[in-house]
Amino acid sequence: MTLSSLIFLSFLSTPIAYLVARYWSPTIVALVPALLFLGFAYHIPVVTQLDVVVQHVHWIPSLGISLSFRLDGLSLIFALLITGIGTAIFLYASAYLPSNWRTPRFFASLTVFMASMLGAVISDDLFGLLVFWELTSLSSFMLIGYDPSQAKSRRSAQQGLLITVAGGLAMLAGMVLLGNLAGTYRISEILTTHAGDMPTGPAGTAILILIALGAFSKSAQFPLHSWLANAMVAPTPVSAYLHSATMVKLGVYLMARLSPVLSDIELWTPLLMSVGSITMLSGAFLALRETDLKRILAYTTIVSLGTLITLIGVDHPAAATAMVVFLVVHALYKACLFMIAGIIDHSTGTRDSSVLGGLARAMPITATIACIASLSMAGLPPLFGFIGKELIYEAALSAQVSYITFAVLIVANACMVVVAGVIALRCFFGRSSDVSGRAALRLHDPSIRMWIGPLVLAVLGLAFGLMPQWIQGLLAASATSVQGDTVALHLSLWHGISPMLVLSVVTLIIGFLIYLFWGRIQHRLKSFAFIDEKGPDVLYDRALDALAKLSNWQTGLIQTGSLRHYMAMSVGIVATTTLITMIVNDALVLPTLHTNGMGIDFVLPLLLIASTIMVLRSRGFVQGIISVGAVGFGVAVVFLLGGAPDLAFTQFSVEALSVVILLAVIGHMPFRAIDPRPTRQRGRDALIGLMFGLMFIAVMFTVVALPFNESLSDFFRESSYPLAHGRNLVNVILVDFRALDTLGEITVLALAALAAVAVFFSSNKQHDPNSGHARALSRKEP
Amino acid sequence: MNSIIFRVGSSVILPFALLLSLFLLWRGHNEPGGGFIGGLVAAAGYASYALPRGHTALRKVLPISPMLLLALGLSAALASGLAGLIGNAAYLTHAWIAIGGVAVGTTLLFDIGVYLTVLGAILTFLSLFLEQ
Repeated sequence: MTLSSLIFLSFLSTPIAYLVARYWSPTIVALVPALLFLGFAYHIPVVTQLDVVVQHVHWIPSLGISLSFRLDGLSLIFALLITGIGTAIFLYASAYLPSNWRTPRFFASLTVFMASMLGAVISDDLFGLLVFWELTSLSSFMLIGYDPSQAKSRRSAQQGLLITVAGGLAMLAGMVLLGNLAGTYRISEILTTHAGDMPTGPAGTAILILIALGAFSKSAQFPLHSWLANAMVAPTPVSAYLHSATMVKLGVYLMARLSPVLSDIELWTPLLMSVGSITMLSGAFLALRETDLKRILAYTTIVSLGTLITLIGVDHPAAATAMVVFLVVHALYKACLFMIAGIIDHSTGTRDSSVLGGLARAMPITATIACIASLSMAGLPPLFGFIGKELIYEAALSAQVSYITFAVLIVANACMVVVAGVIALRCFFGRSSDVSGRAALRLHDPSIRMWIGPLVLAVLGLAFGLMPQWIQGLLAASATSVQGDTVALHLSLWHGISPMLVLSVVTLIIGFLIYLFWGRIQHRLKSFAFIDEKGPDVLYDRALDALAKLSNWQTGLIQTGSLRHYMAMSVGIVATTTLITMIVNDALVLPTLHTNGMGIDFVLPLLLIASTIMVLRSRGFVQGIISVGAVGFGVAVVFLLGGAPDLAFTQFSVEALSVVILLAVIGHMPFRAIDPRPTRQRGRDALIGLMFGLMFIAVMFTVVALPFNESLSDFFRESSYPLAHGRNLVNVILVDFRALDTLGEITVLALAALAAVAVFFSSNKQHDPNSGHARALSRKEP
Repeated sequence: MNSIIFRVGSSVILPFALLLSLFLLWRGHNEPGGGFIGGLVAAAGYASYALPRGHTALRKVLPISPMLLLALGLSAALASGLAGLIGNAAYLTHAWIAIGGVAVGTTLLFDIGVYLTVLGAILTFLSLFLEQ
């Protein structure tokens, strides 16, 4: 199965997911990610041989943009995570969410999200990647705003969308710069042919900063991280999927993907390492002062994302290895723990870790899963998390990073130990919970649909720890993509007493100490109120307020609401600017008078002038409209004689229609026949009209005086019949040569009509759109 | 607008306007005409018929609702482009067959789409106006 058909099928399954969830059962929708997982898993043998799967579909060849797909180690590992964790999430969500009218829509959005993620990671074209990237923002907007009746949910959805899309816009600019510089928008070509010749001056810096803005906004790096924690208002399956395992990793993916070429820019390492470190620290700080399980997990996600970005910034093969291993480690345990948090919430009704405790007795299965995943999070042997953490330290040691970075890494990992302890020990084995009475009585493990996914993820974390050779080939291929050179990889659980092991033990001790005194530490951390009062989240609100004020101000300035004002402004500005440009550039050409006979060429202008004078002198509206119509008909005759019968026909019909309709409208309207304008305004209007007329005369003279370029008309004349079987050039152009333009125009026409209907019904609020008039419009009356 | 002359005159105009519009639509590819003009002429016919008579009269002479005309028109134009895709060419590359010496192509379907959209849009505006 080709890559494009995998993507196509995943998008196609969106309406199917909707229908299946609506009329059958949401559980069955989980087959979609499961089948896609198999489709991608099929490519594992090829990719582990360091081969790539490539496919191109032309999209906009004239702009050099194609739908190119390319599956290498990095994109395959992402695709497997997206579909594999997706399967668990879809199953989980089908049991987690109450079945209501929102359910089908939810599963459709989730499917779009998954498909866009897949498209983004296997795109080999910068613009293709961008389109899918933005689609993930849009679909996550739908998912975070799952419950639109809640103001909080609406705000979080909007915040996520605004921050990530603003970042995406910056990224677009960076991508255009990068593509223009490289002469291609194909990512693989940029990477292979241009690695090493990135400009190191301001151009390179601009490219890096712009692209990094997109990646950092998506991957919640400081100070753009606040949306991630707020997005926790979304239902838990969404949090687990979007904000732990997939979407937030997209920025990491992009930086990793482009690192072979962007790492030549000297800002690369300082930028990534400083932003990553600050993100790690602020995430750890915020995680430790939080009590809500989901928000704790969200903040530790921020820590992990900071770690990943830092590792990408370290230019050393060991860092690339550590990055891809930690990526998989984190995805496995974090998705699992999010679902566990959801299960706890589901059965106890609270996610507050300060009141939870002793749940293991009532929920043995959940407790077991939580323990395995938490051990991986804490980085204890024999879990995969241990290998990941050792590799991070190994990378830091071999790249000889600064002591500060070391300290930050240790703090970040210690924070993971604390949080793992909070979730596994405190919630499941701590002192008995305050969840009492009836709630305590019905505490039990959830249905298999909810725990099977977390179980598989947790067990995989254990299996990869014990048997790292199972996944070694794939990880080596991914590290190779990140590094740009072949990376040899030999993972093993135990490699003797090493500096890394010492660091691991130190981390564990620090983490355990913090865990023991967590209550007190948390109390202290919570006293830093300025975080809540002046943090980025508040700044976001302020910025939004300022934006609203700015637009209010400029709306008041420009949009006065007076039609006459708009007309005067647009006509006046067009006339003056055109005239000034023509005079300044000396482009004004005066015609040489020559008459060829006294035929209709002479009569017609007189007729037009006469009707124009009629318009100006007319006192009543009816007279005025008919005179305007006469001018229009005169112009149509000019077209007819000038050899443009189609244009003339159109003009005739439009004039007839407008005269008839305007007359009918005026019959209904309480128009005053007397012009209410004061003399001064009449003078101003006359001046504007005169200017516009002069401008037109000047333009027409100049156009007529210029030599006519025949190349286009010659082309159409010659190829009209042979290519498009038509002799009427105008029609052939409309329906054949430029049919897409026409399609766009009639779409605009149709939208205008629909908008008119919408405006009509919103200005007639008393009409219920579901009855009466709306029905009359959409259905034939009996 | 309810003058007797306009009333009687417009009822005669409508069938002729429709016939003329179809004629323009059909010959548009080789002679002056086409979907856009055809749609305008048809709309003018309906407008002059409906303006003195009102909304109900318009609905009586219209076989389907204006919104449905819009939808049909856009769908026809969109569908006419598919032939190109099936033939492994760019979207909207038109296909032609000769029936009895007359070349007929998917351009006609496209033109019909334009015709219906123009007609539908103007009739939507018109019926909104007539309802007021």
